[in-house]
Amino acid sequence: MDTGKKPARKPSDAASPASAARRKFINSVAAAAGGGCLLALGAGLYAKSASALPAQALRPPGALPESDFLAACVRCGLCVRDCPYDTLHLADLGDPVVTGTPYFTAREVPCEMCEDIPCVKACPTGALDRSLTDINKAQMGLAALVDHESCLNFLGLRCDVCYRVCPVIDKAITLETQHNPRSDRHAMLLPTVHSDACTGCGKCEKSCVLPVAAIKVFPRQLAQGALPAHYRKGWEEKARHGGSLIGDQVELPVRGFEGPTAGRAATETVVAPTGPAPAPAAPATPPPPAKAAGGINSHWKP
Amino acid sequence: MATTTISSAKPADAACAPARSLWQRQRWLILRRTSQLLILLAFLAGPWFGVWLVKGNLSSSLTLGVLPLTDPLLVLQTLVTGHLPYSSALIGAAIVLGFYLLVGGRIFCSWVCPVNVVTDAAAWSRRRLGIKTGRVPDAATRYWLLGGLLVAAAVTGSLAWEWVNPVSLLHRGLIFGMGGGLFVIAGIFLYDLLVASRGWCGHLCPMGAFYGLLGRKALVRVSASKRAACDDCMDCFAVCPEPQVIRPALKQVGQESPLILASDCTTCGRCIDVCDKQVFKMTHRFDQRSE
Ligand code: SF4
Ligand code: SF4
Ligand code: SF4
Ligand code: SF4
Ligand code: SF4
Repeated sequence: MDTGKKPARKPSDAASPASAARRKFINSVAAAAGGGCLLALGAGLYAKSASALPAQALRPPGALPESDFLAACVRCGLCVRDCPYDTLHLADLGDPVVTGTPYFTAREVPCEMCEDIPCVKACPTGALDRSLTDINKAQMGLAALVDHESCLNFLGLRCDVCYRVCPVIDKAITLETQHNPRSDRHAMLLPTVHSDACTGCGKCEKSCVLPVAAIKVFPRQLAQGALPAHYRKGWEEKARHGGSLIGDQVELPVRGFEGPTAGRAATETVVAPTGPAPAPAAPATPPPPAKAAGGINSHWKP
Repeated sequence: MATTTISSAKPADAACAPARSLWQRQRWLILRRTSQLLILLAFLAGPWFGVWLVKGNLSSSLTLGVLPLTDPLLVLQTLVTGHLPYSSALIGAAIVLGFYLLVGGRIFCSWVCPVNVVTDAAAWSRRRLGIKTGRVPDAATRYWLLGGLLVAAAVTGSLAWEWVNPVSLLHRGLIFGMGGGLFVIAGIFLYDLLVASRGWCGHLCPMGAFYGLLGRKALVRVSASKRAACDDCMDCFAVCPEPQVIRPALKQVGQESPLILASDCTTCGRCIDVCDKQVFKMTHRFDQRSE
């Protein structure tokens, strides 16, 4: 330690044996202090750098917000022991999750949302908050249908598995009907997650039928966006106050959209039969010549 | 540094006279290993045989569904971060705190801690192989580290030391499964073997430092009651994990009492085992007799 050696180099001190002893003492104290503090600092820095929860690791129900959780959890594994489904694990050194803390991976073993929440009851420190008494209020994570290209329902099929397994079905996840633009005559029933009800139990991700799940559950802070705090949704305010807060608005006329193409997208105007048909439009729509304005009739019968 | 000179003494175990039986020569070691093993088995009976005696690990546990036990140093760190744990953790910490205050602080190290087996093995190998290399850190480093980890907890707002604490890492690993933690344990073994004699437990471990502070007035003590019989064979100095604690009692340096009063003494009883003259005995703090 440099700091320890500096006082020792003073020539006036170097002579007497007492000062030699003192120098040795100062050196050893400096070395001990330096070594001890360096080790602690290292641990602290490592703790800071490694404290982010990776995307695939979910905390047990009732877990405090991550930074508070890391202050409270003593890594005893009592929650792990009392989980009847062996959902939870303690992270090992080198795992992406903070050493020794409990987590689960939805795709491996999801949380079964026990009504009596034994994991929370087992926690001696309050890292899992006992004010959570209704498991449906748990916020372990948030599901997100991330892969619209592989999800079978997005392809227009009826898989629905994630929807059907959800313990909070029709609240946490719903099927939203949408027009299927590919076939142009079917509906797509899109699994849609609602953040106010999804507990993040992971059952949807676990049971997604694809080799790699299209719906995944993430820690909330990863999966959820947030509106600016000052934003108000006009329609909600209006409903809440029984009328617009700023009074009636002047209706201004809409200009510039007159004529037969008013209100239509640019692509539709290309095939509109009323206009002079441009050359490239013809090969794009070859067999059915009987294309009536306002609809497509392929003569298909169920 | 005392420890470096001591390690040049002859291997202690080899010097035993046939007069004393194997049990007499290894009694406290056997008792200690049995204690360490039984405590581990109590935790493992659940996952291995489905008999749930103790759940959890040394950080916090529940025995037979009623008795909570929590590491007081962990609770202290939690409090420093600003989190107040539930009463079960606080009661558990109070029980553990009371026990070690009363019975003996570093009894934790020699009778409970799993790392002790590793560092004892390293020290034994070091003696056997006659390794004298290395550089020993100052024994006060552990107290700085203890202070440092409390500061780290306050500054980071998390139990920073638990990221790397080899004691909880090993115990948790033995019970819940281990991977990367093995490297840390292997590192400690190699450090004690090649770099610093008794380096980890005797100089660095902040848990040992904490329990040492707890045990300053503890009841169970080793006494060099027959110190007059000592023939200066140095066997006790060679095996003792904290050799500096023996001299005041054995040689009456700075104290009259034959009791080993230094809180660094782990009450392991190894000095009792190895002494052919049977100088040492296990006794209590008020036993001042010396023959
Ligand atoms: S709610 Fe039940 S299944 Fe989910 S983690 Fe807790 S104990 Fe395990
Ligand atoms: S029971 Fe609580 S303190 Fe123990 S590991 Fe689980 S969350 Fe952490
Ligand atoms: S994670 Fe999936 S299954 Fe669980 S509540 Fe949310 S949407 Fe439902
Ligand atoms: S000093 Fe630390 S590692 Fe060594 S026995 Fe004590 S607690 Fe365990
Ligand atoms: S003095 Fe004896 S009991 Fe104390 S640590 Fe040393 S060998 Fe163990």
